[in-house]
Amino acid sequence: MLKSIGKTLLGAVFVGGLFVPHAFAETTLNALFMAQAAYSEADVRSMTEAFTKANPDIKVNLEFVPYEGLHDKTVLAQGSGGGYDVVLFDVIWPAEYATNKVLVDVSSKITDDMKKGVLPGAWTTVQYDGKYYGMPWILDTKYLFYNKEILEKAGIKAPPKTWEELGQQAKIIQDKGLLKTPIAWSWSQAEAAVCDYTTLVSAYGGDFLKDGKPDFQNGGGLSALKYMVDSYKSGLTNPNSKEFLEEDVRKVFENGDAAFALNWTYMYNMANDPKDSKVAGKVGVVPAPGVAGTSEVSAVNGSMGLGITAVSKHPDEAWKYIEFMTSQATQNQYAKLSLPIWASSYDDPAVTKGQEELIAAAKLGLAAMYPRPTTPKYQQLSTALQQAIQESLLGQTTPEDALKTAAENSGL
Amino acid sequence: MSGTWMTTRAWLLMLPLLVIMVAVIGWPLVDTVRLSFTDAQLVGTAGNYVGFDNYTKMLTSSNFTRTLSTTTWFAVVSVAAEMVLGVLAALLLNQEFRGRAVLRGLMILPWALPTVVNATLWRLIYNPEYGALNAALTQLHLIDDYRSWLGEPGTALAALIVADCWKNFPLVALIALAALQAVPRDITAAALVDGAGPFNRFRFVILPYLAGPLMVALVLRTIEAFKVFDIIWVMTRGGPANSTRSLSILVYQEAFSFQRAGSGASLALIVTLLVTVLAVAYAALVRKTAGSAT
Repeated sequence: MLKSIGKTLLGAVFVGGLFVPHAFAETTLNALFMAQAAYSEADVRSMTEAFTKANPDIKVNLEFVPYEGLHDKTVLAQGSGGGYDVVLFDVIWPAEYATNKVLVDVSSKITDDMKKGVLPGAWTTVQYDGKYYGMPWILDTKYLFYNKEILEKAGIKAPPKTWEELGQQAKIIQDKGLLKTPIAWSWSQAEAAVCDYTTLVSAYGGDFLKDGKPDFQNGGGLSALKYMVDSYKSGLTNPNSKEFLEEDVRKVFENGDAAFALNWTYMYNMANDPKDSKVAGKVGVVPAPGVAGTSEVSAVNGSMGLGITAVSKHPDEAWKYIEFMTSQATQNQYAKLSLPIWASSYDDPAVTKGQEELIAAAKLGLAAMYPRPTTPKYQQLSTALQQAIQESLLGQTTPEDALKTAAENSGL
Repeated sequence: MSGTWMTTRAWLLMLPLLVIMVAVIGWPLVDTVRLSFTDAQLVGTAGNYVGFDNYTKMLTSSNFTRTLSTTTWFAVVSVAAEMVLGVLAALLLNQEFRGRAVLRGLMILPWALPTVVNATLWRLIYNPEYGALNAALTQLHLIDDYRSWLGEPGTALAALIVADCWKNFPLVALIALAALQAVPRDITAAALVDGAGPFNRFRFVILPYLAGPLMVALVLRTIEAFKVFDIIWVMTRGGPANSTRSLSILVYQEAFSFQRAGSGASLALIVTLLVTVLAVAYAALVRKTAGSAT
């Protein structure tokens, strides 16, 4: 293992060295990252260290903010004239960033090897209107995690394949007195709730928009919210879900207080770490379920990409850094908290070892990733949906009315 | 002659300050007013003149009226509670007892903590799964089941008010304590001799000394409570279902999350106007109380 890391590093240094023009003046890049989940801050720092070792004439200043601050910080830095060269961006922002000229179009920099090597679904993370605004970097979707021990005690042979089945299994667990409320979600008034909702929209075959107008208030979009409300009202869902974020879900699951939980890739290895988790070794993971007759599995595209801002004075160096950070060698080396964007990585034992179950789930889940709508007004749409979800869960209004209001307030 | 020279010199001395004030307060304010009449986006278009559109839309939206009432509730209840608790704490700490100095030092701690730390702390206390509040209340048999304090519209605002009070009542207590120490001992002693009960002694002897400083505390706290942002943002982000969204959060969403600089500016100015009206009304009240106290 150590040897292979050494080799990869050596390879990275070597490949990096080839690109370096000699006697280049020193440049400093400012990069904005996220201080949580997926790649940890320590990972990003050591990746960057490897990059600067290979490119001694480029310095990189790293800044980390929580996910909630990433968008606003990027936009504000732009507005104030200063700003970053490289920014991490969520899959929901390219439309807005492209329209407002926050990120530069890097279509011409994407090589054929990249186009062939990267998973097709990953590209939707960085594309808008046929153009590329960066490289996908964190490939992520929500999976269904389950507690193997609890399912076994309940006499359940296999994890659920449909959302309906999930409810039935949760009921068995509840009836046997194993857990009071077996399912945990992140339904706090935040983007997390929209991600859970999107997973269900994809399961029910719904659409967010049709011809640029909201369509989530009909069909699959409505069924998705109804499922959430039913699951909440039936008492199978932990009622505290409505104030949970992903980290709360992880804590509840790691404490053995949930049989089922929807969460991102990073939870797999953390929940299997006996240092923090009471359920280490009992963590099962499968793609989020489907709906009989409509879908086999469901998934939300929760990926993130790295892009160059329009105010960057060093776009070439910035791209070099992005190439390094998204390279297969770098990604394979840090595959424990975030899976690579490169298709062939999934057959590499160095990546799959110890997380075969997750890789198996990823193969199905990543292929089914459903995007949240690409619109410059995404933030407004999301805020309206968050409100609709919470109001229906709290019983203040029906899912039908809540989604109708959200459609009116979506700005579209 | 010398009088006008003094005036001129005063203005000359003030000049650098005035220039700075105009640059850092005046100019942004003027620009905000200009922005509020446009449909400008934060990044991208500079915006067209739209007259009072932003204002009429904002003032008639249910979002605004609802948020205004939430903010008013938050401000009125938390400030009232902070004033009462602050005065009570000051009266207590004004007594002679062992450990008084230590207690005075400890009391200032919540106020000295950064709001984000304070809010995170309370989030842990209210945690629906492992929080201290649930544990304490179930052990005292006051509730049967763990509750989601920040997840229910009925309790979320109250929970935030408690957290805000805990942070801010020490400030009121400090101001009140300083004022209490200015009350001459012989006057309270005389009142005692005259047979005044504790309530009458407080009402007629002590309160006149407290009134002025307390008005200052009241003004400060009300204005701050009206502008509340961070404690709510950290604890609930305005949820559940927008039941704890404050005016400042609405401004933030409008201007930065949705990037509607124009309508965000109009909203910010409406809030500024509200706070100014409050401040002016209070200032008049302060002058009146200060006048009547002496």
